[in-house]
Amino acid sequence: MNEAMAFVIATPLLGAMVAAVFPRQSHWLGVLSLILNAVAVGLLLAFTLSQGKSTMVLGGWQEGLGIALHADALATLMLALTACVALAVSFYATGYFHNPRDAARFWPLWLLLVAALNGLFLAGDLFNLYVTLELLGLSAVALTALGGKRESIDAALRYLMVGLLGSLGYLAGVAILYTAFGTLDMQQVGDQVAVDPASETALVLMTGGLLLKTALFPLHFWLPAAHSNAPAPVSAALSALVVKAGFYLVLRLWTEVFPQAVPEQGALLLGVLGSMAILWGSWQALRAQRLKLLAAYSTVAQLGYLFVGLALLVITPAGAAHDLVFGAIVLMALTHGFAKSSLFLAIGVVQQHAGHDRIDHLDGTSQRLPATTFAIALAGVALIGLPPSGAFLGKWHLISTSINGGQWLLVLVMGIGSLLAAAYIFRVLGHAFGEAAFASRPVNNASAEWPALTLGIIATLGLGLGSAWVWPFLGGAA
Amino acid sequence: MNLSNTLLLMILGSSLLPGLAIFFLHEHSYRLRTTLNMIGAVLKLVLVAVLTWGVLHEQTFETRWLIAPGLELVLHADALSVLFVSLSTLLWLVTTVYAIAYLENSPHRSRFFGFFSLCVTSTVGLALAGNLFTFVLFYELLTLSTYPLVAHKGSAEANRGARTYLAYTMGGGLVLLIGAVWLQNLAGPVEFVEGGVLSQLPADSHPQLTLIFLLLMIGLGVKAAIVPLHGWLPRAMVAPAPVSALLHAVAVVKAGAFGIVRIVYDVYGIEFAADLDLLMPLGIAAAVTIIYGSVLALTQDNLKKRLAYSTVSQVSYIALGTAIFGPLGTIGGVAHLVHQGVMKITLFFAAGNYAETLGIHKVSEMHGVGRRMPLNTLAFTIGALGMIGIPPIAGFVSKWYLGTGAMEAGLAVWVIPVLIASSALNAAYFLPILYRAWFAPARSDWPDERIPSGRQETHPGLLWPPIITASLALAVGLFAAAPFSPLEWAELIAEREYVR
Repeated sequence: MNEAMAFVIATPLLGAMVAAVFPRQSHWLGVLSLILNAVAVGLLLAFTLSQGKSTMVLGGWQEGLGIALHADALATLMLALTACVALAVSFYATGYFHNPRDAARFWPLWLLLVAALNGLFLAGDLFNLYVTLELLGLSAVALTALGGKRESIDAALRYLMVGLLGSLGYLAGVAILYTAFGTLDMQQVGDQVAVDPASETALVLMTGGLLLKTALFPLHFWLPAAHSNAPAPVSAALSALVVKAGFYLVLRLWTEVFPQAVPEQGALLLGVLGSMAILWGSWQALRAQRLKLLAAYSTVAQLGYLFVGLALLVITPAGAAHDLVFGAIVLMALTHGFAKSSLFLAIGVVQQHAGHDRIDHLDGTSQRLPATTFAIALAGVALIGLPPSGAFLGKWHLISTSINGGQWLLVLVMGIGSLLAAAYIFRVLGHAFGEAAFASRPVNNASAEWPALTLGIIATLGLGLGSAWVWPFLGGAA
Repeated sequence: MNLSNTLLLMILGSSLLPGLAIFFLHEHSYRLRTTLNMIGAVLKLVLVAVLTWGVLHEQTFETRWLIAPGLELVLHADALSVLFVSLSTLLWLVTTVYAIAYLENSPHRSRFFGFFSLCVTSTVGLALAGNLFTFVLFYELLTLSTYPLVAHKGSAEANRGARTYLAYTMGGGLVLLIGAVWLQNLAGPVEFVEGGVLSQLPADSHPQLTLIFLLLMIGLGVKAAIVPLHGWLPRAMVAPAPVSALLHAVAVVKAGAFGIVRIVYDVYGIEFAADLDLLMPLGIAAAVTIIYGSVLALTQDNLKKRLAYSTVSQVSYIALGTAIFGPLGTIGGVAHLVHQGVMKITLFFAAGNYAETLGIHKVSEMHGVGRRMPLNTLAFTIGALGMIGIPPIAGFVSKWYLGTGAMEAGLAVWVIPVLIASSALNAAYFLPILYRAWFAPARSDWPDERIPSGRQETHPGLLWPPIITASLALAVGLFAAAPFSPLEWAELIAEREYVR
């Protein structure tokens, strides 16, 4: 079953190459390779669920020399998120690009991005992580630039600079660790890390670089422009998956590599920044004039929840409560991944239908697109954190942990964040009830609408009512 | 899978599935939509009858589903849930008939009936919730499913009203959530058990329990429209008449009141709540709301707004009954849960008929309307007299029990004056309407006569629902001592709640 791991990385990578060679066939080649990828991920998930964590060393070298891949609960869940979102985005993308040249550019880059993500989730040593991180950043930048307009090029260039700076910080940290401990394997590094200058400097550099890539407040300045000017399928992937990669790495580093070296103030800092992100991001989303900008700022806010969760995780002593917070964070990350990709795809439908995405002029459009409006509502329920979404369960446990720890300020922040989220989501949904001319035959563009709808249903119902297995899965493996 | 496990799911599904199916229907498939609606409503009624029989014979109905560690979806039926479920099911059926006639040929009907069914599903879910987590879940779902109904007309005013509604209920939901999470931290998963579950907790947690009680009451008080959290209710009156009827009689306002009853009796336990001195503040808040709502109702010329403030006042009778320690107060409060629903839905149906048939929206336009629409006005009269508390209509029964309960509990000093003042105020804002409708000379031109006067005063689908509910209001008062009457159920509930 270990082969599934290699397969998970190889299918999109091969797909990217083949799609580059046969640009005219790229769309179905892309979808095909992602279907295969999803099958492989499904097998890997089933295997990990039953057998627990597994390791594979490429090329038969011994661990520490060869490229090691690790599949544990966290990694397979992120792979599953990526596989589902990637599949939905790909189905959507087959009908999105009207210019065949755009499509021919999109598919190889997009498949490369998925391959990089999969590699990143499975990588077991710090240098391979760097390679996948760089690959991910570059393909994301290129995809952002596909919009072709001046704003998208500007945003992509800024994104490129930020990405390179972030990777540089990360790489510097890796270099320090290698000098100090002579290994790059995460487990072996983790065994040697202690409260010493080398570990602490590496922790700061690597975390700093990743926070920049993850756009944690106040390092989010590049995100709204990049995410809101990219083509819709790209925005969905960037907001749902790419920023999650950075968060995933911070989570791994803080809980597995550096738990001894993380100072108390580190948790405090993340908690404060996360809270600011929630409040500032939600407020900016509420003030946004355009739908895509609203969705982008909402991502800034939602990342804040994840980092608040991480801060709570660090201060919660190991045990049942700790596992509960861990599960809550992962479930919120998964829910956000599904919900935000659903939102961006739905916005894409609205934008193509109306020719714009100005929120104040959406009356007729949202009434003629009932399925898409419904998708926005489902995604919105998950973003606000209302039941029965997965985010509601996550938020319940985060609030519970905050109350137990006496962190009333965090309770307040999460509460205000939810209310602001409700305000910005319903500001959009209110337009579904305008008095604009009523079309008794609504538009039903199934192939464009159902990916968003499916993702929204998974975020709200699937992860809400059917996610009880996630907690023991994560708890058992951690 | 035996019946006792699946019955509760079937009761939920009987409105959920038709509701979901209706969303996909074409706007013009009138027949299919009506059939789905009616099948769901009648089926639910049958299932609830089975449930009622079972609960009376002490059968347990329970469904559990773990959805996260410590968070379990629990559906459970006890006497109190049966009372609320049968109220919502019965009134849903009647309101569906009314709504089908009311919305004839208007746009967005599939959307309307879809959310209408979801709204009832959430209400029934609330009634059947077996623990606090499930209650919170359905409480939020109720907010979500009613928002589209309030915004339904799509006018700027409707959108504003819906936004206000949302702001209040989301805020309330959040406070309730925080209270619930906090309580679960202290006491573990909070199941609803007759007699309450919290009295076992150590004494040093009592200050926290008091604070949590405050949070829960604020969260529920928003929907129950307890002053000063009632601001959304008059603004939400922009909704179509069937929605207002349902919101005021069964769904939203009642959900808040039902929640208060649940928390006091089945979480804290009435005796423990009395020990913590939580009942007095609740009673005072209810009394203030009763008087304040009535005073505001006096000043409204808009008929629906007058009814809205009357709801603010009347629903707090339930909270007042809860706050009166002793079986009689409990009986009065719980019975009023049903009585107010039946009477208020009659008033809203009738008011909607005036607006739909003659274009009458204001009290000052109602001269002689009794001669033009005698049956409708008769139904309105029964509802109004019941609200004032005139025997033998339902409202009298609840007021009687509240009064005697207060005397028994030694609270007569302030409860009886509140009841008298409120009845006087009710009379002051209802009697002039009745006088004008029956005795003032009829006007020759109505503001906007849409249905010409013929053999029947208005569309039969609009006329029959208020007649049926008015008869119900009369019957539950007249036959209050008959088996299966709301009063009998309230007595059964009171019997099971007092443990000591």
